[in-house]
Amino acid sequence: MPRKLETKSIKNLLIRGARFIDPSQSLDQHGDLVIENGLISRFGNNLPAPQNFEMLDGHDLVVSPGWCDMHVHFREPGREDKETIATGCAAATAGGFAAACPMPNTSPATDKREIVESIIKKSQDTMVDVYPIAAATKGREGKELSEMAELVEAGAVAFSDDGCAIATAELARRAMEYANMLGVPIIEHAEDATLDERGAMNESMFSTKLGLPGMPTVAEDIIVARDILLAAYTGARVHIAHLSSARALELIRWGKQRGLPVTCEVTPHHFTLTDEAVATSNYDTNTKMNPPLRSAHDLEAMIAGLQDGTIDVIATDHAPHSIEEKETEFAAAPFGITGLETALGLIMTRLVKPNLLTLSAAIAKVTVAPRRILNLPAVQIKEGQPANLTFFSPTKTWMVDKTKTYSKSRNTPFHGWELTGKVFAVYNKQQLWLNSEF
Amino acid sequence: MIISKHLLGLEGVRREEISLILKTAQSFKEVLSRPIPKVPTLRGKTIVNLFFEASTRTRISFELAEKRLSADSINFASSGSSVAKGETLKDTVRNIEAMKIDMVVIRHQASGAAHFLTQCLEAGVINAGDGQHEHPTQGLLDMMTLQEKFGRLQGLKVAIVGDITHSRVARSNIHGLMTMGVEVAVCGPATLLPRDIAAAFGQDLLVFKKVDEAIQWADAVNVLRLQLERQKNGLLPSLREYALHFGVTRRRLEDAKREVVIMHPGPINRGVELESDLADSEFSVILDQVTNGVAVRMAVLYLKSGGEQEVMNGNGA
Ligand SMILES: [Zn+2]
Repeated sequence: MPRKLETKSIKNLLIRGARFIDPSQSLDQHGDLVIENGLISRFGNNLPAPQNFEMLDGHDLVVSPGWCDMHVHFREPGREDKETIATGCAAATAGGFAAACPMPNTSPATDKREIVESIIKKSQDTMVDVYPIAAATKGREGKELSEMAELVEAGAVAFSDDGCAIATAELARRAMEYANMLGVPIIEHAEDATLDERGAMNESMFSTKLGLPGMPTVAEDIIVARDILLAAYTGARVHIAHLSSARALELIRWGKQRGLPVTCEVTPHHFTLTDEAVATSNYDTNTKMNPPLRSAHDLEAMIAGLQDGTIDVIATDHAPHSIEEKETEFAAAPFGITGLETALGLIMTRLVKPNLLTLSAAIAKVTVAPRRILNLPAVQIKEGQPANLTFFSPTKTWMVDKTKTYSKSRNTPFHGWELTGKVFAVYNKQQLWLNSEF
Repeated sequence: MIISKHLLGLEGVRREEISLILKTAQSFKEVLSRPIPKVPTLRGKTIVNLFFEASTRTRISFELAEKRLSADSINFASSGSSVAKGETLKDTVRNIEAMKIDMVVIRHQASGAAHFLTQCLEAGVINAGDGQHEHPTQGLLDMMTLQEKFGRLQGLKVAIVGDITHSRVARSNIHGLMTMGVEVAVCGPATLLPRDIAAAFGQDLLVFKKVDEAIQWADAVNVLRLQLERQKNGLLPSLREYALHFGVTRRRLEDAKREVVIMHPGPINRGVELESDLADSEFSVILDQVTNGVAVRMAVLYLKSGGEQEVMNGNGA
């Protein structure tokens, strides 16, 4: 059973002596912050403590706008044994995320008003703002467009057939045109299915050694190229999900240099692990995901892309699976790993601590950027704004323990890893969650 | 020498261990030629043969090896995917483990299935072929056959011809032969050669585009079985074209104007990868491979069950 998240309803709070970072206003300063009735009422230095206020000591802590994960799988409806909206949201909070965007590959697919509304409704008593992404085509079957206008009215913030790419170039074109009319982006899982059929891992020297059917990077590159050209042709916004190939990154860089409306994200596992992990772990199915772990060359490109801004967003692709499904031979196991509860630690450990990315740049990729791409309400550390905050230590170390997750699932390759960077608290919707193990 | 209780593949297995297995196999081969070809070496040991994929030849070879060693063996055969039957590999294995066994021989259609077993079981695991990964006892019996034929392995030239991508026989041979100082080449249609082959197996691995060049170069040619569905999957234009361009024929061997030995892991698609009568010709050591298969499997079962490292002599042991 997953752990239960204990939250507290708190309207008024004083945070003392923290380092506040908000990339949307180039803010990085130490100070105090007062929350009254859930709103930021004052922000400054040596603020007097109002009466009857709870106080948080912010020394050694960073406080940023609440983090937003624009790519998660919550499995509800359909596979509530793996994750529900409630447990997914608990995992998000525990990972420092105040917002999450569940992908539509539920069962049935999130392609109807009632499903979008039900997802939002079920998230309402959690601490997380949930913004569903709806299916681009009915049933994610790649045949007919979903009823996008109605889905946007219901609360969908983008469209995707995630799990696979929108099946044909023609349909992708029409989905882009229609979504663009509604002012929302298409999010593409860039994978040419004909090149990846039966594939289980990146096609490389390691798939050759291990005798596993390969998933070549060119399967990703082809769809990225297709979609950039379609974005140029239609003027519609396209966001490439979980980028993993160096060549695909080059294509996006090319598109951005020409001012095309293309953005992209990378997952923590794609800037942390390579396909060698499949070999060194002796076919551990927690090294199996889609897109697969790529080569060291691709990983270095992902880091360069984060540094030069070609990669806008870091998103987890949190993909919970049951132990029964994962504890099997590699080819038979489903793709995906959990990611919400390890993301912050991996970002700090792999990017910020080795000075590959500044703290402020890293925070921008989980706050400003996803909210901008999805047209979500801006979240800022500013007087008069609703308090929506993530508190963490960028330097505190901890050990990943898959038996202590808030997610219902435990399929992580990071079990036993020591990570630097730990979530201390989240404040959102006038509620506070404090990490009891901090 | 410390040797693992498992045999999952030949990748990473040291030269001394391979030599020991081959040497031990030679003395078991002598046992097999006796009037009563049986030793009590593994009396009281229980071995389960888990065959998730049909393979009469390998299964019979293992069973025979177990009988010759006086082990108690149990056969478990399950055709098709275990997942499709609703029972997972793990369930099957847990049930079997409850029977208290010493060793498992596994053949499975998924690469890594033998590795997976080592994580669920205490028993020693012998890989009898996992998907497209490795088939280490085949690699060993091929090496034993070469050693018998040429009196050495070091410095020999072996070409492996056919569908390298999908072949566990190729992988085990490449690793084992390279460890033993054999020069190895592969030859096959570009659509059946795996990616980054040099990075995977080492820069020393040669690649020939033409089968004639491979035959000219080689002391021995190991001809792989072509799975007939490769054409259906769009990897080959036709079996006819394959036979014409990559088939090993008497004419090609005679054109080489030097002695070349032909090996094949069986079963043979006569007239496709190998000309019909070649398997039974003076070039072929295919029947020796079958005999050596039993001896090699006896050696592996014996050594992996914690057998003495000195090779047995005389009656019994
Ligand atoms: Zn995806």
